[in-house]
Amino acid sequence: MITGEQKPIDEIREMIAPYKRILVLGCASCVAECAAGGEKETAMLASTLRMAAKMKGEDVLIEEKTLDRQCVRDFVILLDDIIEKYDAVLSLGCGAGVQAVAEMFTEVPIIPAINTEFLGETRDQGYWVESCLGCGDCMLHHFGGICPVARCSKQLLNGPCGGSMDGRCEINPDVKCAWHLIVDRLTKFGALDRLENIYPPKDWSRKQGGGPRKIVREDQQK
Amino acid sequence: MNNSSKLKRVLEGGGFAVTAECGPPRGANSDVVLKKAEMLRNNVDAVNVTDNQTAIVRMSSIAACSLLKTAGLDPVLQMVVRDRNRIALQSDILGASALGIRNVLCLSGDHHIFGNQPQAMGVFDLDSIQFVQVVRTMRDEGKILGGDDLSQPPDLFIGAAANPFADPFDFRVIRLAKKIRAGADFIQTQCIYNLDRFERWMGMAGDRGLTDKAYILGGVTPLKSPGMAKYMKNKVSGMDIPDEIIKRMEGVPKYKQREEGINICVETIRRLREVPGIKGVHIMAIEWEEVVGEIVERAGLLPRPVFD
Repeated sequence: MITGEQKPIDEIREMIAPYKRILVLGCASCVAECAAGGEKETAMLASTLRMAAKMKGEDVLIEEKTLDRQCVRDFVILLDDIIEKYDAVLSLGCGAGVQAVAEMFTEVPIIPAINTEFLGETRDQGYWVESCLGCGDCMLHHFGGICPVARCSKQLLNGPCGGSMDGRCEINPDVKCAWHLIVDRLTKFGALDRLENIYPPKDWSRKQGGGPRKIVREDQQK
Repeated sequence: MNNSSKLKRVLEGGGFAVTAECGPPRGANSDVVLKKAEMLRNNVDAVNVTDNQTAIVRMSSIAACSLLKTAGLDPVLQMVVRDRNRIALQSDILGASALGIRNVLCLSGDHHIFGNQPQAMGVFDLDSIQFVQVVRTMRDEGKILGGDDLSQPPDLFIGAAANPFADPFDFRVIRLAKKIRAGADFIQTQCIYNLDRFERWMGMAGDRGLTDKAYILGGVTPLKSPGMAKYMKNKVSGMDIPDEIIKRMEGVPKYKQREEGINICVETIRRLREVPGIKGVHIMAIEWEEVVGEIVERAGLLPRPVFD
């Protein structure tokens, strides 16, 4: 999923300061799973902002709505009937959600309320970790299901570097060394000899070779 | 002036090589580099110039190497993959060779979070092993990545680093083998304080025939104080300093601590010379280049060979 974290409330207040009628717009998909921008967080943020406005004696209308998916046009179009009421949208969607709304409603400013972070997994309650960089050329089968591109601090394809100690990364003892995990896992499979190969430089054109990437599937088009 | 690598000639001639490290200044002053050059001249065969070590912005390694070369020393250009993509790395390799630099040490580099630019974008387009392979292909096949021909290949003696003290231990020799297979002619190791572990690692390297395929130089760093030893042990990842070394540093009065650090360093070099497969020593006297001459002399490694 795509993860994110809400921006500090002061920063949000500063961004919305010029506007009087604001729609706080949540998304019930990824950002709901990571407890940053789902229905619950959207209601809480809207309520906090209303209370702050009231305390300061500001005359502002703040309402909320949560879409099933802010990054899918079929859902974004549901705003068509209500959008005119507002002079700004404060979106708790990821960067893709914010831009999908902006693309469809060009007259209204869209303001991001969360910082989009990474492609990751829910490891535990309240604990999310980065596990994929979306490089466009998956190599996980080589590395025992552990991605060195996303999880090694130096993106080594022929690691570990000289800073790996007791399974910890040199940048921070809280960070596990991805290469130590890879070596352990391949040892378990009896496949450590695979790492005698020199993996060649990665083809980054699959990620950033032609501007923003797109997937076109004719079989999916009507 | 013969324009080939002195380091290479010493090693290929069967000599025990001595290299030292020179950290470029945090400024544009060439006199700092030239002063260090005078401290090291005639005491070592070649001088490594670090590449923005610990991710702190300093004078570029290529520029400092060029200053050393002009002063008549044999520089070893350290290059990290942290700050340059494959276009810049290959371009700088050509530029270095054109400037008469004849040795390169290909490294990953300390992570930028440690330095004074933690907001930087880390590049890491190639890793150090891939980088060694790229330089080897440029030199031996006259081709860059992707296969385009060079009008003239670079002339470089290629080095890589090895850290026998990092984990996982058993994998460390596999990684050394990869670096040598990628094209490393010589290896300089992390600072050695735990000689027992180092000898075990060298034994494993010897069993795989690696000590015959590349010249391995053992790294040493003289300690200035017990505080420095403790800092390196606790704060520098991949560093192994046994407690007896720290105790020994603590066991002498403060005014004798630097002398004790030099003693330990000289003893380490003497023991390293007995380790089968070791072909030289790399002295990293951090911002303490003036003691290199004394260390080399006391280790019985003077005079250094002279070539025409």
